[in-house]
Order: sequence, then C-alpha cells, then structure tokens
Amino acid sequence: MSNPQHLQYTKEHEWLTAAEDGVSTIGITAHAADALGDIVYVQLPAVGDTVTAGETCGELESTKSVSDLYSPVTGEVTEVNQDVLDDNSLVNSAPFEGGWLFKVRVEATDELLSAADYDALTNPA
Amino acid sequence: MSSLRLTALDALHRALGATMTDFAGWDMPLRYGSEREEHLAVRTKAGLFDLSHMGEITVTGPQAGEMLDHALVGFVSALGELRARYTMICAEDGGILDDLIVYRLREDAFLVVANASNAQLVLDELIARAKGYNAVVTDDRDTYSLIAVQGPESTAILADTTEADLPGLKYYAILPAQVAGRDVLLARTGYTGEDGFEIFCNPGDAAHVWTALTEAGTGRGLVPCGLSCRDTLRLEAGMPLYGHELSTELTPFDAGLGRVVRFDKTTNEGAFIGRRALEQAAAAAEANPPRVLVGLVSEGKRVPRAEYTVVTTDGEPIGRITSGAPSPTLGKPIAIAYVDAAHAAPGTTVAVDVRGKHEPVQVVALPFYKRAR
Repeated sequence: MSNPQHLQYTKEHEWLTAAEDGVSTIGITAHAADALGDIVYVQLPAVGDTVTAGETCGELESTKSVSDLYSPVTGEVTEVNQDVLDDNSLVNSAPFEGGWLFKVRVEATDELLSAADYDALTNPA
Repeated sequence: MSSLRLTALDALHRALGATMTDFAGWDMPLRYGSEREEHLAVRTKAGLFDLSHMGEITVTGPQAGEMLDHALVGFVSALGELRARYTMICAEDGGILDDLIVYRLREDAFLVVANASNAQLVLDELIARAKGYNAVVTDDRDTYSLIAVQGPESTAILADTTEADLPGLKYYAILPAQVAGRDVLLARTGYTGEDGFEIFCNPGDAAHVWTALTEAGTGRGLVPCGLSCRDTLRLEAGMPLYGHELSTELTPFDAGLGRVVRFDKTTNEGAFIGRRALEQAAAAAEANPPRVLVGLVSEGKRVPRAEYTVVTTDGEPIGRITSGAPSPTLGKPIAIAYVDAAHAAPGTTVAVDVRGKHEPVQVVALPFYKRAR
C-alpha cells in the first residue's frame, strides 16, 4: 500500500495536503480505510465549524466498528465532501482522492508525519 | 510473536490477501476483500469458508447416546443415524454453557461441534459428565479441518467434486463421502440462512479440498468468505451467537429457545444436568415473560451495536442490543436485542441510544431474512 509522498500524515491515520491559499484537504489513509472495512456511515463537521487539532470532529462507522475522526489541524471548515456523504464507499475505493473528507482554513497543526514516517508507523520492519 | 493457532489453510488465506483476526485464539480470515460483497455472494451465488476453529468432540460407545442425553438438554439418543440436531449444554443452574450441533455418525458414535471459544469447556464438561457411562469422549479438534460452501450455487459446485448423493442429503443430515477424492464427512448444515454444506476433512487434505472447490466455483460466482460476513449472514438469519444472544447468565427459555430443552426424554429416567433449574425457568417464562429476543430495524444509517441500550421513545431503558450490523441484504442497520415483553410486539417503535443520541428503530419478528425455498 503506497502512501503518496506529497501528503502529510498523523498517527491517527489522517492525511492532509499542503495548504493552498491557506486551505488543506483532509482524509483518512488507505491503511485506515482497509483496517475499518466497508464504511457504512460518515459523520463530518459542518461548513463553518471550527475544528481543533487532535480532537474528534466526526465519526466513521464500518460493518464491524465505530471510529472517531480526529482533525489534524485547527481552523474553520470551508468545505465537506458531499460525494462521500452520498456514497460512503468512496472512502474505501479512493481514500487519497475522491474519498477526501473535508477542507480546513488552517490556523495551527498537530504533530505531522512525512510519508516515510507514516510508512514506518504502519509497516514496522 | 504471535501464539495464535493457525488452520491448515493459513497459507492459502495469506496468498488470497485475507485480513486476519484473532478469533478465540485462532488466526482466522476476517475478510478477503469487501465483507459486503462476500455477504451478497453467499445470498446470490456461493461462498467458501474456513471454519477450522470450530471444536469437534467425538463421543463413542454403547452408552454414548444416553450419556449425551444426560449431558445435554436435547434428546440425542432419539436422533436417527446420519442426522444432526441443534442443541445446548447447560450448567446445573440452567445457564447456557454453549450451543452445539450434534451429528449421529453411527448407532454408537456422535460428533459434537462446539464454538471455538467454548470448545475446551465443553470438552472438559463432557469428560466429567461421562463418568459412570460406557462412553468415551475424544478431543477431535486437531482431527478435522472444517470447510463450508454456502449459498444457492453450493449444490452445483459441490456436485463437480463428489459422487455423493447431494439431492438425497437432507438439511441437517451428514454422510461419509469423498470430495475431490478425499474422505470427508459431508453435512448439509450451515450458519448463513442459505442452503449449503459443511465438510469435515483431514487437515492434510484441507488445502486440496479448498482448491478443488475454488476451481469448481469458478464461473459460478463462488468467493472466499471471512468471519465478518459469516456474522452478518447469521444475524440476518436470526441465528444466535454464543457470547451475544446466549450466555451463562441466560437459560434457553430466556433466549426464546426453550424448544431445545427436551423434558420428554425417556433415557436416564428423564434426568439430565440442569433439569430442575430449567423446569423452574420454563414455568417462570410461562407465568411472567422475561425480556424477549426481538429484531430491530433502523431507518437511519447509524448502527445499533452490541451492548447499546434500547429505550422507549420517551427515553426509558427497556432492553439491550446483543448484536447489530448494517444489513447488506436489507440495506439498513439491523440488530437483535433483549427487550421488555411489554415493548416486544412487532411494529412497536422504540429507540436505541447510539452514543448519546436516540435513534428510532422498529421492532420486527426474527429472522430478518428467510431464503425462498
């Protein structure tokens, strides 16, 4: 499973893009989506909500489990992925692309990992 | 680093890319790809399962039937040769120790299949309960691998690998047969709500049998299936799972399964372990119905899960969920719950406390799914 080099990662298995005009896109990694299995319910923060780095801001439910969604950054939510709310399976099928979850105008970030660090975390030698 | 037990099919599961899980000390396939796809394959085509974690115990001897009548709640000695029965083993206080399938292999030989999580306990209990009977209890957990083919295409698939009389093999019957040229015990049983077969084979033959079935299933929609879809399949079929719907805290009457307790047994002068407590439980259930096991269906997307509290629409606690999952067949979350009898009528609207929020659900009769015959 390859984690795109241009993204940054968290220990809670989220990814985010480098900020573009101050806004980062956030999703969960393929590793996380695979561990969850078929996702059947996605709860995201609302546009305009302020999310806080390291705190829960939503929920992902799969056949077998419920997982909290943690925000890797602090800031205001500018957009949520309506396609994912309509079709939860996008998170499984395209976690790094069409399965992105929400966008935030970033004020502060949590401790972030490079792709290499995240590879090491999820595939310990 | 892992001390998990591996089945004889472990290398095949890994080659298929299975996500594995610790199940009762066994490293078992949870799913190979999407558990939803696996579930739907069993409902519409066929699925192939490794169930080698199940605990096989053989009881033989002239008094094997009487011994099992004494040890279990069922009337085992009345079972015809090559037939099977769903039954339970209870404690003296009537609490359920495990639910079992018992196959009568011969006049004087029975195969008892216990849940993996309870197999050691059931074995120890049967050995203790056999004292004074001319019967021998044998631990056959390592004697058999267990492979299941389940789903509407299972007969056609199996027919490619065996000369056995499949149309003649009735539901809940078993037959010594050859599958893919190997000696097996072939049973028409399962835990999915579909037609299907369970194949007890020598662990050394398991990979050969699995591969032959995989080849026969090519073009018929057969897919390998993990324990995740096995759980949603049995849930839709309304079948109880030990540790969820069944426990030592409950008698068969509490679980709505009083029919498995056979007070009409004629062997051992009608005596069996747990009889006195179970008679009281039966009378209590008659006089004052306890909580009732019901189905719940949600119109929402959030899933009522095991241990969540069932409440009235006013928020009054009236029960608890024992199993819950998104139902691939119904396309809605479903759950099984113990609910106060006053709120257990099908059609009643109640709610489930899903992490603080009350999600409305409707009480329905079990099962959620019944195959067309």
